[in-house]
Amino acid sequence: MTRIGIVAEMGQETRVAATPATVRQLLELGYDVVVEKGAGESASFRDDAYTAAGAVIGGANEAWGSDVVLKVNPPTGDEIDRLAEGATLIGMLSPGLRPELVDALAARPITALALDAVPRISRAQSMDVLSSMANIAGYRAVIEAAHEFGRFFTGQVTAAGKVPPARVLVAGAGVAGLAAIGAASSLGAIVRATDPRPEVADQVKSIGGTYLPVEVGEEMTSSDGYARATSEAYNARAAEIYTEQARDVDIIITTALIPGRPAPRLLTAADVAGMRPGSVIVDMAAGQGGNVEGSVAGERVVTDNGVVILGYTDFPARLPAQASQLYGTNLLNLLRLLTKDKDGQLRIDFDDVVQRSVTVVRNGEKTWPPPPVQVSAAPVSTVRAAVPAAGMTTATPGLSAAGKAGLLAAGIAVLFLINAVAPAPLPQHFTVLMLSVVVGFYVIGKVHHALHTPLMSVTNAISGIIVIGALLQVTSNDPLVQVLAAAAVLLASINIFGGFAVTRRMLGMFARGDRARP
Amino acid sequence: MSTAVSGPFTAESVAGAAYIAAALLFILSLAGLSRHEKARAGVLYGIAGMALALAATIWLALEGTLGTARGWTGLILLAAAVVVGGGIGLWRARVVEMTGMPELIALLHSFVGLAAVLVGWNGHLQAPALAGDLLAVHHAEVFIGVFIGAVTFTGSIVAFLKLSARMKSAPLMLPGKNAINLGALAAFAALTVWYVNDSRLELLIAVTVLAFGLGWHLVASIGGGDMPVVVSMLNSYSGWAAAAAGFLLNNDLLIITGALVGSSGAYLSYIMCRAMNRSFISVIAGGFGIAPAAATDAEQGEYREITARQTAELLFDASSVVITPGYGMAVAQAQYPVAELAHQLRARGVNVRFGIHPVAGRLPGHMNVLLAEARVPYDIVLEMDEINDDFDGTSVVLVIGANDTVNPAAAEDPTSPIAGMPVLRVWEAENVIVFKRSMAAGYAGVQNPLFFRGNTSMLFGDAKARVEDILRSLSEDPVSSPLADNAAPGQH
Repeated sequence: MTRIGIVAEMGQETRVAATPATVRQLLELGYDVVVEKGAGESASFRDDAYTAAGAVIGGANEAWGSDVVLKVNPPTGDEIDRLAEGATLIGMLSPGLRPELVDALAARPITALALDAVPRISRAQSMDVLSSMANIAGYRAVIEAAHEFGRFFTGQVTAAGKVPPARVLVAGAGVAGLAAIGAASSLGAIVRATDPRPEVADQVKSIGGTYLPVEVGEEMTSSDGYARATSEAYNARAAEIYTEQARDVDIIITTALIPGRPAPRLLTAADVAGMRPGSVIVDMAAGQGGNVEGSVAGERVVTDNGVVILGYTDFPARLPAQASQLYGTNLLNLLRLLTKDKDGQLRIDFDDVVQRSVTVVRNGEKTWPPPPVQVSAAPVSTVRAAVPAAGMTTATPGLSAAGKAGLLAAGIAVLFLINAVAPAPLPQHFTVLMLSVVVGFYVIGKVHHALHTPLMSVTNAISGIIVIGALLQVTSNDPLVQVLAAAAVLLASINIFGGFAVTRRMLGMFARGDRARP
Repeated sequence: MSTAVSGPFTAESVAGAAYIAAALLFILSLAGLSRHEKARAGVLYGIAGMALALAATIWLALEGTLGTARGWTGLILLAAAVVVGGGIGLWRARVVEMTGMPELIALLHSFVGLAAVLVGWNGHLQAPALAGDLLAVHHAEVFIGVFIGAVTFTGSIVAFLKLSARMKSAPLMLPGKNAINLGALAAFAALTVWYVNDSRLELLIAVTVLAFGLGWHLVASIGGGDMPVVVSMLNSYSGWAAAAAGFLLNNDLLIITGALVGSSGAYLSYIMCRAMNRSFISVIAGGFGIAPAAATDAEQGEYREITARQTAELLFDASSVVITPGYGMAVAQAQYPVAELAHQLRARGVNVRFGIHPVAGRLPGHMNVLLAEARVPYDIVLEMDEINDDFDGTSVVLVIGANDTVNPAAAEDPTSPIAGMPVLRVWEAENVIVFKRSMAAGYAGVQNPLFFRGNTSMLFGDAKARVEDILRSLSEDPVSSPLADNAAPGQH
């Protein structure tokens, strides 16, 4: 049986790779789970909660010696050495930024999966740990800013005077940015947002922000789901916007990150100097070099003019219970993908783009970087090609106008022919038939869709009118005819009585909202 | 009426007047069904019309023969047949489950078909003394009436067997089945000409057998999912069978009623076909086999599962919920718990509505009847066109036992076999929960990309059991334990 080890994180990290809730589901996948003693303590998950969920509490050696080791942060060199031969390590490894870590992992006969390397495609969304952590970080960034900010977020009119609402600028409307916009606007602030991708304008608006477009007549369509580096003209106009906004707003939250590159510089020292004293900047990209000149990773800095710059890099870890739950669920979803048969056997399928992308090292062999994944769900060219084709197939196969006219003419001709040739009673019968068909279409065409079944059962009852034919024959001279007619009467009677009765029963059930229930 | 009127208030004149009244009452009856408010009155009109027509006909039939021996045997046979038939009809109508409605209606159609065959046979056995053209016309009428009746009879029997799962619902794929159908029609035409010239009993037997075979084959080669079209088509046939009998017996009431029923069935078939974006001919010719499935068996991706409890949490926070039931709800008999769920959510102030696709179920309007049975108020049960624009602002859509009718491929993938079929655009909602037994494809055999969308979660298992689980979770108040389970899907 494959054993999963949940190890305790080193240093300041408060998160844990599995919660009691996800442990329960890991067990359902057929794995045994060992949790290192005290691993969930800082995230408020006690050891006994894990035990109750079905895990075994073990020492560090036991957890690290498992077949599959689940972790949050990248392992240290010592930790890599503790892994058993043939073991699989899953965690956030940021392989793109830390080639030395990939090499260190590849030096051991192990397999390493980077959860943060999941491609941004729809079906991998449930494992997208960057998104789930960014969501938390964006929320927490607003909370930290509110904590530093000496004023209300929301505007109020009180007996002691009017309080203006805080003005917040969020730079970058990715997952973290959108979470920040949502949190700030629900606290009552006026929120503006910038982003090089104009298509996010609607998303910004939908959660209460105002999108500030950078108008240089150039569009950024990303094919891999992340923002790209921008052009010079664009940058110049964007810089102006940031300078203008810095003078106007109270709080700036920057979230701009470009994968595999240092964070773009959005606010210069001059911009910061232009802000009012007491303003707050949260630089969420401080760990990757910072969007703001003067921010220090992991530190709170106060500038000469009294502006607070927060460069914290551990926002998700500041909400440890929630972050662990979401992280654990992301991990769980990856393990579900790797354990198709729920038999506790972990298998990596390199034909699957998700599994290929996350695999950094396989059995001691370096498999990073993976081939690029095209993410954009519908490339523009294929959409254009598809439209005319769709138009063709959606057209109901039918007759041309000329064909219809031809049919009509043929029908009329047939009627003329019948009327000319047929003997006495037939033409009248045809008249009756045609008029009845027309009446029928008009009457039935108005029937409410919900009453189609009652309509069908009532017409069924009415079609029992065939009984009239049988009735006229039942008094025949011929006993055989009489018997056959009686049989027909019997069958038609079932229809008449059954059809009407069942229709009444059905209609009795239909009731309006105000009378639906006793 | 064509029967000669020999004076005021003879049986014929009274019957003629009664027939006109009955025909008008039948028209009023169908008109009444157009609205819920008038529907019950509509049924009463229908019953009144039928009673009037029966009374007049019985008088007409017995008038000349009352007191004679054959009159008495006729009366006794008639009374016995009506009592037995009526008893059976009332009994079936009382005990039938609403989920079994399609079977019952199909079976009832077969009775009309068989009755039409018997009336036609009697028309042969009791040939009136007619001369020349009229006799030929009479022969042709007998033949046509028997043919339509027999096709209706076996067709309905097969539909009944398929609907009640006594017969495999997969379409029967005989080689050259279109040729068989066309050949049978050609044979019928040839036999008709022969019979008109030489009215021999063997020919009548031959055409009856031929039509039995044709009806059987026609419906057997249509798949279970097309049964709404088939049942309404048979409804139409049973009407034309009655109309043919009217021609045979010179009876305008039969013609009028037959035409009403015939056009109603045709109209419903037309609605169903339009809802599937297919022509009537392509349905009758049998299934999706025409377009050899360019079916993308390609890897569709990962689906996400959700538990009943998580679903309850989602519903708890929802402001508006749309439930789109399909045949699976009928199979699982889940309409009662579904109705209870809707009731509880409404009690919490959630805007709950039902979205019904025109071909959901195995009968036009089948879902409406099931929901009505479970006492879901009809004013929250909406048609596809009424609700399709509202999915955009809907928090949660519950797809219960529906598959092809909510398939985004119909709208988005021009290569899909169901491309262009109007569908419920459930994927525009914030969250979609799909209740399903397994990941198997729907009736059309087309994979459903809906299941792999980012905002879709699958809730596997028996629909009834799962809905009951949700009801339990709802009553437990899921808010008290926010960390109890996974975060709601669709978080990012």
